[in-house]
Amino acid sequence: MSGLPLPVIDSDNAEFWAACKRHELVLQRCGQCKTLRHPPRPMCHVCNSMTSEWVKSNGRGRIYSYVITVQPIHPGLVGKVPLATVRVQLEEGVLFTSNVVGCAPDEIRIDMPVEVVFEDVTQEITLPKFRPSRQVEG
Amino acid sequence: MESVKDKCAVVGIGETEYSRDSGRTERSLALEAIKKAIEDAGLRPGDIDGIVKYAVQPETETDLAACLGIRHLSYFGEAGFAGGAGAALVRQAVQAIVTGAATNVVVFRAVNGRSGKRYGRGEVTGRGGRGDAAFSEPFGLIAPGQGAAMSARRHMHDYGTTSRQLGAIAVACRKHAARNPRALLRDPITLEDHQNSRIIYDPLHMLDCCYEADGAGALVITSADRARALKQRPAYIMATVQAAPGGGDGAHDRTETSAKHKVFAAAGVSPGDMDVVQIYDHFTPWVLMAIEDYGFCKRGEGGPFVEGGRIELGGGLPLNTSGGHLSEAYLQGMNHMIEAVRQLRGTSTAQVEGAELVLVDTAAGALILRR
Ligand SMILES: [Zn+2]
Repeated sequence: MSGLPLPVIDSDNAEFWAACKRHELVLQRCGQCKTLRHPPRPMCHVCNSMTSEWVKSNGRGRIYSYVITVQPIHPGLVGKVPLATVRVQLEEGVLFTSNVVGCAPDEIRIDMPVEVVFEDVTQEITLPKFRPSRQVEG
Repeated sequence: MESVKDKCAVVGIGETEYSRDSGRTERSLALEAIKKAIEDAGLRPGDIDGIVKYAVQPETETDLAACLGIRHLSYFGEAGFAGGAGAALVRQAVQAIVTGAATNVVVFRAVNGRSGKRYGRGEVTGRGGRGDAAFSEPFGLIAPGQGAAMSARRHMHDYGTTSRQLGAIAVACRKHAARNPRALLRDPITLEDHQNSRIIYDPLHMLDCCYEADGAGALVITSADRARALKQRPAYIMATVQAAPGGGDGAHDRTETSAKHKVFAAAGVSPGDMDVVQIYDHFTPWVLMAIEDYGFCKRGEGGPFVEGGRIELGGGLPLNTSGGHLSEAYLQGMNHMIEAVRQLRGTSTAQVEGAELVLVDTAAGALILRR
Protein backbone atom coordinates (compact mmCIF):
# COMPACT_ATOMS: atom_id res chain seq x y z
CA MET A 1 0.00 0.00 0.00
CA SER A 2 1.31 3.40 -0.91
CA GLY A 3 -1.09 5.92 0.55
CA LEU A 4 -0.29 9.40 1.71
CA PRO A 5 2.16 9.43 4.61
CA LEU A 6 0.47 8.90 7.95
CA PRO A 7 1.45 11.13 10.87
CA VAL A 8 4.43 9.77 12.74
CA ILE A 9 3.51 9.94 16.40
CA ASP A 10 6.25 11.21 18.67
CA SER A 11 6.45 12.63 22.17
CA ASP A 12 5.84 16.16 20.86
CA ASN A 13 2.51 15.36 19.25
CA ALA A 14 1.19 12.17 20.93
CA GLU A 15 -1.38 14.07 22.98
CA PHE A 16 -2.82 15.66 19.85
CA TRP A 17 -3.34 12.35 18.09
CA ALA A 18 -4.69 10.68 21.24
CA ALA A 19 -7.34 13.41 21.38
CA CYS A 20 -8.20 12.91 17.70
CA LYS A 21 -8.78 9.27 18.47
CA ARG A 22 -11.38 10.41 21.03
CA HIS A 23 -12.78 12.70 18.30
CA GLU A 24 -11.60 15.79 20.07
CA LEU A 25 -9.60 18.58 18.48
CA VAL A 26 -7.01 20.02 20.84
CA LEU A 27 -4.46 22.77 20.49
CA GLN A 28 -1.20 23.21 22.30
CA ARG A 29 -1.00 26.23 24.58
CA CYS A 30 2.14 27.61 26.14
CA GLY A 31 2.25 26.89 29.87
CA GLN A 32 3.90 30.24 30.51
CA CYS A 33 2.53 32.95 28.22
CA LYS A 34 -0.56 31.01 27.08
CA THR A 35 0.03 31.53 23.34
CA LEU A 36 -1.66 28.89 21.20
CA ARG A 37 0.38 27.10 18.58
CA HIS A 38 -0.02 24.51 15.84
CA PRO A 39 1.51 22.17 14.79
CA PRO A 40 2.59 20.93 18.22
CA ARG A 41 6.20 21.75 18.97
CA PRO A 42 8.45 21.39 22.00
CA MET A 43 8.93 25.13 22.50
CA CYS A 44 6.83 28.28 22.54
CA HIS A 45 7.92 30.60 19.74
CA VAL A 46 6.95 33.66 21.77
CA CYS A 47 8.55 33.07 25.19
CA ASN A 48 10.60 29.89 24.57
CA SER A 49 8.93 28.07 27.43
CA MET A 50 9.08 24.30 27.10
CA THR A 51 6.03 23.70 29.24
CA SER A 52 2.68 23.39 27.54
CA GLU A 53 -0.88 22.27 28.06
CA TRP A 54 -3.62 21.07 25.78
CA VAL A 55 -6.86 22.93 25.32
CA LYS A 56 -9.96 21.86 23.46
CA SER A 57 -10.72 23.71 20.24
CA ASN A 58 -14.32 24.36 19.30
CA GLY A 59 -13.39 22.97 15.89
CA ARG A 60 -14.78 25.89 13.96
CA GLY A 61 -12.99 28.18 11.57
CA ARG A 62 -12.86 29.66 8.10
CA ILE A 63 -10.96 28.73 4.98
CA TYR A 64 -7.83 30.87 4.79
CA SER A 65 -6.63 29.38 1.51
CA TYR A 66 -6.70 26.12 -0.38
CA VAL A 67 -5.14 24.16 -3.20
CA ILE A 68 -6.88 21.56 -5.32
CA THR A 69 -4.39 18.94 -6.36
CA VAL A 70 -5.50 17.63 -9.74
CA GLN A 71 -2.52 15.57 -10.92
CA PRO A 72 -1.52 12.59 -8.76
CA ILE A 73 2.01 13.88 -8.24
CA HIS A 74 2.64 11.33 -5.48
CA PRO A 75 1.68 7.63 -5.41
CA GLY A 76 -0.44 8.37 -2.35
CA LEU A 77 -2.62 10.71 -4.39
CA VAL A 78 -3.59 8.13 -7.00
CA GLY A 79 -7.36 7.68 -6.83
CA LYS A 80 -7.68 10.62 -4.44
CA VAL A 81 -7.57 13.53 -6.88
CA PRO A 82 -8.97 16.08 -7.19
CA LEU A 83 -8.02 16.60 -3.55
CA ALA A 84 -8.68 19.84 -1.72
CA THR A 85 -6.08 20.67 0.89
CA VAL A 86 -7.13 23.66 2.92
CA ARG A 87 -5.60 25.95 5.47
CA VAL A 88 -8.27 26.71 8.03
CA GLN A 89 -8.01 29.66 10.33
CA LEU A 90 -9.53 28.31 13.52
CA GLU A 91 -11.66 30.62 15.65
CA GLU A 92 -8.91 30.37 18.26
CA GLY A 93 -6.58 32.04 15.71
CA VAL A 94 -4.14 29.38 14.55
CA LEU A 95 -3.87 28.09 10.99
CA PHE A 96 -4.58 24.42 10.54
CA THR A 97 -3.87 22.34 7.43
CA SER A 98 -6.44 19.69 6.54
CA ASN A 99 -8.90 18.51 3.90
CA VAL A 100 -12.48 19.51 3.23
CA VAL A 101 -15.07 16.75 3.04
CA GLY A 102 -18.76 16.89 2.29
CA CYS A 103 -18.45 19.42 -0.48
CA ALA A 104 -17.05 19.37 -3.99
CA PRO A 105 -13.60 20.96 -4.36
CA ASP A 106 -14.95 23.61 -6.72
CA GLU A 107 -17.45 24.74 -4.08
CA ILE A 108 -14.71 25.73 -1.66
CA ARG A 109 -14.22 29.44 -1.15
CA ILE A 110 -11.88 31.53 0.96
CA ASP A 111 -13.66 32.64 4.17
CA MET A 112 -16.13 29.75 3.95
CA PRO A 113 -17.09 28.64 7.49
CA VAL A 114 -16.11 25.06 8.29
CA GLU A 115 -16.21 22.71 11.26
CA VAL A 116 -14.13 19.72 12.24
CA VAL A 117 -15.10 16.10 11.61
CA PHE A 118 -13.00 13.04 12.36
CA GLU A 119 -11.92 10.31 9.99
CA ASP A 120 -10.70 7.10 11.61
CA VAL A 121 -7.88 5.85 9.39
CA THR A 122 -6.06 3.15 11.39
CA GLN A 123 -6.12 1.78 14.93
CA GLU A 124 -3.86 4.62 16.05
CA ILE A 125 -4.60 7.41 13.62
CA THR A 126 -7.70 9.53 13.30
CA LEU A 127 -7.37 12.55 11.02
CA PRO A 128 -9.21 15.79 11.73
CA LYS A 129 -10.94 17.06 8.61
CA PHE A 130 -13.38 19.87 7.95
CA ARG A 131 -16.81 20.16 6.38
CA PRO A 132 -18.91 23.20 5.51
CA SER A 133 -20.29 24.54 8.75
CA ARG A 134 -23.83 23.62 9.68
CA GLN A 135 -23.94 26.25 12.38
CA VAL A 136 -25.94 29.37 11.75
CA GLU A 137 -23.49 32.21 11.48
CA GLY A 138 -23.57 34.70 14.28
CA MET B 1 31.91 44.75 11.27
CA GLU B 2 34.09 45.26 8.26
CA SER B 3 32.20 45.24 4.98
CA VAL B 4 32.97 42.59 2.41
CA LYS B 5 31.42 44.67 -0.35
CA ASP B 6 33.28 44.28 -3.64
CA LYS B 7 36.08 42.35 -1.95
CA CYS B 8 35.48 39.22 -4.03
CA ALA B 9 34.34 38.39 -7.52
CA VAL B 10 33.04 35.54 -9.61
CA VAL B 11 35.81 34.84 -12.11
CA GLY B 12 34.76 31.53 -13.63
CA ILE B 13 31.51 29.91 -14.73
CA GLY B 14 30.90 26.40 -16.01
CA GLU B 15 27.92 24.27 -16.97
CA THR B 16 27.16 20.88 -18.40
CA GLU B 17 24.44 20.56 -20.96
CA TYR B 18 20.96 20.42 -19.46
CA SER B 19 18.96 17.31 -20.27
CA ARG B 20 16.03 15.14 -19.32
CA ASP B 21 18.25 12.13 -18.71
CA SER B 22 21.97 12.70 -18.38
CA GLY B 23 22.79 8.99 -18.16
CA ARG B 24 25.62 10.06 -15.87
CA THR B 25 26.29 10.28 -12.17
CA GLU B 26 25.86 13.57 -10.38
CA ARG B 27 29.55 13.31 -9.52
CA SER B 28 30.44 13.21 -13.19
CA LEU B 29 28.20 16.20 -13.91
CA ALA B 30 29.68 18.14 -10.99
CA LEU B 31 33.25 17.51 -12.11
CA GLU B 32 32.56 18.60 -15.68
CA ALA B 33 30.96 21.88 -14.56
CA ILE B 34 33.72 22.56 -12.03
CA LYS B 35 36.45 21.81 -14.58
CA LYS B 36 34.86 24.18 -17.08
CA ALA B 37 34.51 26.94 -14.48
CA ILE B 38 38.16 26.62 -13.49
CA GLU B 39 39.25 26.72 -17.13
CA ASP B 40 36.97 29.68 -17.77
CA ALA B 41 38.74 31.56 -15.00
CA GLY B 42 42.14 30.73 -16.46
CA LEU B 43 43.07 28.73 -13.39
CA ARG B 44 44.05 25.12 -12.83
CA PRO B 45 42.44 22.65 -10.42
CA GLY B 46 45.51 22.90 -8.21
CA ASP B 47 44.72 26.58 -7.66
CA ILE B 48 41.43 25.70 -5.98
CA ASP B 49 41.57 25.35 -2.20
CA GLY B 50 37.91 25.73 -1.25
CA ILE B 51 34.69 23.94 -2.16
CA VAL B 52 31.21 24.91 -0.96
CA LYS B 53 28.20 22.78 -1.80
CA TYR B 54 24.47 22.46 -1.26
CA ALA B 55 23.73 20.35 1.81
CA VAL B 56 21.43 18.23 -0.37
CA GLN B 57 24.39 17.39 -2.63
CA PRO B 58 25.46 13.84 -1.75
CA GLU B 59 29.00 13.96 -3.17
CA THR B 60 31.61 14.74 -0.55
CA GLU B 61 34.20 17.48 -0.91
CA THR B 62 36.89 14.86 -0.36
CA ASP B 63 35.63 12.83 -3.26
CA LEU B 64 35.58 15.83 -5.59
CA ALA B 65 38.98 17.06 -4.44
CA ALA B 66 40.41 13.62 -5.09
CA CYS B 67 39.06 13.60 -8.64
CA LEU B 68 40.25 17.13 -9.32
CA GLY B 69 43.68 16.38 -7.90
CA ILE B 70 43.38 19.05 -5.22
CA ARG B 71 45.94 18.08 -2.61
CA HIS B 72 45.02 20.49 0.12
CA LEU B 73 41.48 21.71 0.58
CA SER B 74 41.75 24.46 3.17
CA TYR B 75 38.05 25.34 3.18
CA PHE B 76 34.98 23.18 2.69
CA GLY B 77 31.43 23.97 3.61
CA GLU B 78 27.82 23.51 2.74
CA ALA B 79 24.53 25.30 3.18
CA GLY B 80 21.01 24.07 3.88
CA PHE B 81 17.57 24.99 2.60
CA ALA B 82 17.63 22.41 -0.21
CA GLY B 83 17.64 24.15 -3.60
CA GLY B 84 17.52 27.58 -2.02
CA ALA B 85 21.11 27.59 -0.80
CA GLY B 86 22.70 29.52 -3.68
CA ALA B 87 23.42 32.88 -2.06
CA ALA B 88 24.57 31.15 1.12
CA LEU B 89 27.24 29.29 -0.85
CA VAL B 90 28.56 32.51 -2.36
CA ARG B 91 28.54 34.15 1.05
CA GLN B 92 30.56 31.29 2.54
CA ALA B 93 33.06 31.55 -0.28
CA VAL B 94 33.42 35.29 0.27
CA GLN B 95 33.88 34.85 4.01
CA ALA B 96 36.46 32.13 3.49
CA ILE B 97 38.41 34.33 1.08
CA VAL B 98 38.35 37.59 3.08
CA THR B 99 39.40 35.78 6.26
CA GLY B 100 42.25 34.04 4.51
CA ALA B 101 40.82 30.55 4.92
CA ALA B 102 40.92 29.99 1.17
CA THR B 103 42.17 31.63 -2.00
CA ASN B 104 40.06 30.35 -4.89
CA VAL B 105 36.74 28.75 -4.03
CA VAL B 106 34.40 26.62 -6.15
CA VAL B 107 30.67 26.52 -5.51
CA PHE B 108 28.51 24.14 -7.51
CA ARG B 109 25.27 22.23 -7.92
CA ALA B 110 24.87 18.95 -9.78
CA VAL B 111 21.57 17.16 -9.91
CA ASN B 112 19.79 14.46 -11.85
CA GLY B 113 16.61 16.31 -11.05
CA ARG B 114 14.56 14.71 -13.79
CA SER B 115 15.96 11.21 -14.32
CA GLY B 116 16.62 10.78 -10.59
CA LYS B 117 14.67 11.84 -7.54
CA ARG B 118 12.04 14.43 -8.41
CA TYR B 119 11.53 17.50 -6.26
CA GLY B 120 8.16 17.98 -7.92
CA ARG B 121 6.94 14.72 -6.51
CA GLY B 122 8.20 15.36 -3.02
CA GLU B 123 10.83 12.66 -3.46
CA VAL B 124 13.55 14.85 -2.00
CA THR B 125 11.74 17.14 0.41
CA GLY B 126 9.14 14.63 1.68
CA ARG B 127 9.52 13.80 5.36
CA GLY B 128 7.41 10.68 5.63
CA GLY B 129 4.94 12.33 7.99
CA ARG B 130 7.58 13.24 10.58
CA GLY B 131 7.80 16.42 12.64
CA ASP B 132 5.73 19.30 11.31
CA ALA B 133 5.05 17.20 8.21
CA ALA B 134 2.76 15.05 10.38
CA PHE B 135 0.39 18.00 10.05
CA SER B 136 0.63 18.57 6.30
CA GLU B 137 1.62 15.44 4.34
CA PRO B 138 -1.28 13.25 5.53
CA PHE B 139 -3.59 15.88 4.03
CA GLY B 140 -1.92 15.69 0.64
CA LEU B 141 0.63 18.51 0.88
CA ILE B 142 3.59 16.63 -0.54
CA ALA B 143 5.38 18.77 -3.11
CA PRO B 144 6.70 22.32 -2.84
CA GLY B 145 4.40 23.59 -5.59
CA GLN B 146 1.27 22.91 -3.60
CA GLY B 147 2.34 25.46 -1.03
CA ALA B 148 3.01 27.92 -3.83
CA ALA B 149 -0.50 27.28 -5.14
CA MET B 150 -2.01 27.90 -1.72
CA SER B 151 -0.13 31.20 -1.34
CA ALA B 152 -1.09 32.19 -4.88
CA ARG B 153 -4.77 31.57 -4.11
CA ARG B 154 -4.59 33.83 -1.09
CA HIS B 155 -2.76 36.50 -3.08
CA MET B 156 -5.50 36.33 -5.71
CA HIS B 157 -8.12 36.72 -2.98
CA ASP B 158 -6.39 39.63 -1.26
CA TYR B 159 -5.22 41.59 -4.29
CA GLY B 160 -7.12 40.39 -7.34
CA THR B 161 -4.06 38.77 -8.89
CA THR B 162 -4.95 36.53 -11.82
CA SER B 163 -3.65 33.33 -13.33
CA ARG B 164 -2.99 35.24 -16.57
CA GLN B 165 -0.69 37.57 -14.67
CA LEU B 166 1.25 34.55 -13.42
CA GLY B 167 1.26 33.44 -17.04
CA ALA B 168 3.06 36.64 -18.04
CA ILE B 169 6.04 35.41 -16.04
CA ALA B 170 6.06 32.06 -17.84
CA VAL B 171 5.75 33.79 -21.22
CA ALA B 172 8.66 36.14 -20.47
CA CYS B 173 10.94 33.32 -19.37
CA ARG B 174 10.10 31.28 -22.47
CA LYS B 175 10.74 34.26 -24.71
CA HIS B 176 14.23 34.52 -23.27
CA ALA B 177 14.78 30.75 -23.44
CA ALA B 178 13.95 30.81 -27.14
CA ARG B 179 17.24 32.70 -27.66
CA ASN B 180 19.25 30.35 -25.48
CA PRO B 181 20.54 27.12 -27.06
CA ARG B 182 21.13 25.58 -23.61
CA ALA B 183 17.46 25.93 -22.64
CA LEU B 184 15.36 22.77 -22.58
CA LEU B 185 12.09 24.51 -23.46
CA ARG B 186 12.52 26.91 -26.37
CA ASP B 187 9.21 26.98 -28.25
CA PRO B 188 7.58 30.37 -27.62
CA ILE B 189 4.32 30.31 -25.67
CA THR B 190 1.39 32.69 -25.37
CA LEU B 191 -0.83 33.55 -22.43
CA GLU B 192 -3.43 31.28 -24.03
CA ASP B 193 -0.95 28.41 -24.05
CA HIS B 194 -0.39 29.06 -20.37
CA GLN B 195 -4.11 29.09 -19.66
CA ASN B 196 -4.63 25.93 -21.70
CA SER B 197 -1.80 23.98 -20.09
CA ARG B 198 -3.11 21.36 -17.73
CA ILE B 199 -3.77 22.23 -14.14
CA ILE B 200 -1.39 20.50 -11.76
CA TYR B 201 -2.52 21.93 -8.46
CA ASP B 202 -5.23 24.52 -8.91
CA PRO B 203 -4.66 27.47 -9.32
CA LEU B 204 -1.29 26.53 -10.86
CA HIS B 205 -0.96 25.24 -14.41
CA MET B 206 1.87 23.13 -15.73
CA LEU B 207 3.42 26.26 -17.24
CA ASP B 208 3.57 27.84 -13.78
CA CYS B 209 6.01 25.13 -12.71
CA CYS B 210 9.74 24.87 -13.31
CA TYR B 211 11.17 22.31 -15.71
CA GLU B 212 12.98 19.64 -13.74
CA ALA B 213 16.25 18.73 -15.38
CA ASP B 214 19.58 16.96 -15.14
CA GLY B 215 22.75 19.03 -15.17
CA ALA B 216 25.38 20.90 -13.22
CA GLY B 217 26.77 24.37 -12.83
CA ALA B 218 29.72 25.88 -10.99
CA LEU B 219 31.29 29.22 -10.11
CA VAL B 220 34.86 30.10 -9.18
CA ILE B 221 35.16 32.91 -6.66
CA THR B 222 38.34 34.73 -5.68
CA SER B 223 39.47 38.03 -4.18
CA ALA B 224 38.94 41.22 -6.17
CA ASP B 225 42.70 41.77 -6.33
CA ARG B 226 43.37 38.39 -7.89
CA ALA B 227 40.27 38.68 -10.07
CA ARG B 228 41.68 41.65 -11.96
CA ALA B 229 44.66 39.58 -13.07
CA LEU B 230 42.57 36.70 -14.40
CA LYS B 231 41.14 35.88 -17.80
CA GLN B 232 37.55 37.15 -17.55
CA ARG B 233 35.98 40.44 -16.65
CA PRO B 234 35.20 40.02 -12.91
CA ALA B 235 31.65 40.01 -11.61
CA TYR B 236 32.14 41.74 -8.27
CA ILE B 237 30.08 40.51 -5.35
CA MET B 238 28.57 43.61 -3.80
CA ALA B 239 26.45 41.88 -1.18
CA THR B 240 24.86 38.61 -0.17
CA VAL B 241 22.03 37.89 2.25
CA GLN B 242 20.55 34.74 3.68
CA ALA B 243 16.94 34.62 4.76
CA ALA B 244 15.47 31.43 6.16
CA PRO B 245 11.86 31.18 7.28
CA GLY B 246 10.91 32.05 10.79
CA GLY B 247 7.76 32.42 12.82
CA GLY B 248 5.88 29.79 14.71
CA ASP B 249 2.26 30.33 13.86
CA GLY B 250 2.10 27.53 11.31
CA ALA B 251 1.47 29.93 8.45
CA HIS B 252 3.75 28.96 5.60
CA ASP B 253 3.07 32.21 3.89
CA ARG B 254 6.30 33.24 2.33
CA THR B 255 8.14 34.22 5.47
CA GLU B 256 11.22 32.91 3.70
CA THR B 257 11.38 35.97 1.51
CA SER B 258 10.83 38.59 4.16
CA ALA B 259 14.42 39.70 4.79
CA LYS B 260 15.91 39.39 1.32
CA HIS B 261 15.41 43.05 0.43
CA LYS B 262 18.20 43.85 2.91
CA VAL B 263 20.60 42.95 0.13
CA PHE B 264 20.07 46.43 -1.34
CA ALA B 265 21.16 48.22 1.81
CA ALA B 266 24.15 45.90 2.14
CA ALA B 267 25.19 46.74 -1.41
CA GLY B 268 24.39 50.44 -1.07
CA VAL B 269 22.07 50.43 -4.07
CA SER B 270 18.31 50.49 -4.58
CA PRO B 271 15.90 48.31 -6.58
CA GLY B 272 15.64 50.97 -9.28
CA ASP B 273 19.38 50.63 -9.97
CA MET B 274 19.07 47.03 -11.18
CA ASP B 275 19.62 46.54 -14.90
CA VAL B 276 18.42 42.95 -14.90
CA VAL B 277 17.21 40.43 -12.30
CA GLN B 278 17.37 36.66 -12.00
CA ILE B 279 14.67 35.42 -9.64
CA TYR B 280 14.28 31.86 -8.38
CA ASP B 281 11.34 30.64 -10.43
CA HIS B 282 10.43 27.18 -9.24
CA PHE B 283 6.83 28.45 -9.41
CA THR B 284 5.50 31.66 -10.92
CA PRO B 285 3.77 32.94 -7.75
CA TRP B 286 7.09 33.05 -5.90
CA VAL B 287 8.50 35.28 -8.63
CA LEU B 288 5.58 37.65 -8.42
CA MET B 289 5.78 37.83 -4.64
CA ALA B 290 9.56 38.19 -4.68
CA ILE B 291 9.18 41.20 -6.97
CA GLU B 292 6.96 42.71 -4.27
CA ASP B 293 9.31 41.69 -1.45
CA TYR B 294 12.25 43.43 -3.10
CA GLY B 295 10.21 46.58 -3.49
CA PHE B 296 10.10 46.70 -7.27
CA CYS B 297 6.42 47.41 -6.67
CA LYS B 298 4.12 47.61 -3.67
CA ARG B 299 2.67 44.57 -1.93
CA GLY B 300 -0.25 43.33 -3.98
CA GLU B 301 0.78 45.11 -7.17
CA GLY B 302 2.93 42.31 -8.54
CA GLY B 303 0.20 41.15 -10.91
CA PRO B 304 -0.14 44.36 -12.92
CA PHE B 305 3.62 44.91 -12.63
CA VAL B 306 4.59 41.79 -14.59
CA GLU B 307 2.09 42.44 -17.39
CA GLY B 308 2.74 44.17 -20.66
CA GLY B 309 6.30 43.08 -21.24
CA ARG B 310 7.95 44.94 -18.38
CA ILE B 311 9.90 41.83 -17.35
CA GLU B 312 10.90 40.92 -20.90
CA LEU B 313 14.10 41.92 -22.66
CA GLY B 314 13.59 45.55 -23.67
CA GLY B 315 11.23 46.16 -20.73
CA GLY B 316 11.94 48.07 -17.56
CA LEU B 317 13.00 45.05 -15.51
CA PRO B 318 14.23 42.16 -17.68
CA LEU B 319 13.89 38.96 -15.66
CA ASN B 320 15.44 35.51 -16.00
CA THR B 321 17.22 36.18 -19.24
CA SER B 322 18.39 32.58 -19.69
CA GLY B 323 14.83 31.31 -19.44
CA GLY B 324 15.25 30.50 -15.78
CA HIS B 325 13.97 27.45 -14.00
CA LEU B 326 10.73 27.66 -15.90
CA SER B 327 12.29 27.20 -19.34
CA GLU B 328 16.07 26.74 -19.26
CA ALA B 329 16.40 24.12 -16.53
CA TYR B 330 15.63 23.75 -12.84
CA LEU B 331 19.16 23.95 -11.56
CA GLN B 332 18.19 25.36 -8.18
CA GLY B 333 19.59 28.84 -8.47
CA MET B 334 22.93 27.88 -9.97
CA ASN B 335 21.90 28.68 -13.54
CA HIS B 336 20.56 32.06 -12.37
CA MET B 337 23.92 32.95 -10.80
CA ILE B 338 25.75 31.89 -13.95
CA GLU B 339 23.40 33.95 -16.13
CA ALA B 340 23.97 36.99 -13.92
CA VAL B 341 27.71 36.70 -14.55
CA ARG B 342 27.11 36.39 -18.30
CA GLN B 343 25.03 39.58 -18.24
CA LEU B 344 27.91 41.45 -16.61
CA ARG B 345 30.36 40.05 -19.14
CA GLY B 346 28.03 41.00 -21.99
CA THR B 347 27.73 37.41 -23.21
CA SER B 348 24.09 36.51 -22.49
CA THR B 349 21.92 35.27 -25.35
CA ALA B 350 19.38 37.81 -24.13
CA GLN B 351 21.86 40.54 -23.31
CA VAL B 352 20.71 43.70 -21.58
CA GLU B 353 22.81 46.42 -23.17
CA GLY B 354 25.48 47.69 -20.81
CA ALA B 355 24.19 45.74 -17.81
CA GLU B 356 26.14 46.83 -14.74
CA LEU B 357 24.08 45.64 -11.79
CA VAL B 358 22.27 42.34 -11.38
CA LEU B 359 20.12 41.05 -8.55
CA VAL B 360 19.98 37.28 -8.12
CA ASP B 361 17.30 35.80 -5.90
CA THR B 362 18.15 32.29 -4.74
CA ALA B 363 14.97 31.51 -2.77
CA ALA B 364 16.56 31.51 0.69
CA GLY B 365 18.83 34.42 -0.05
CA ALA B 366 19.97 36.97 -2.59
CA LEU B 367 23.08 38.55 -4.03
CA ILE B 368 23.94 41.60 -6.05
CA LEU B 369 26.73 41.45 -8.59
CA ARG B 370 28.27 44.36 -10.47
CA ARG B 371 30.53 44.79 -13.44
ZN1 LIG C 1 5.04 31.17 25.58
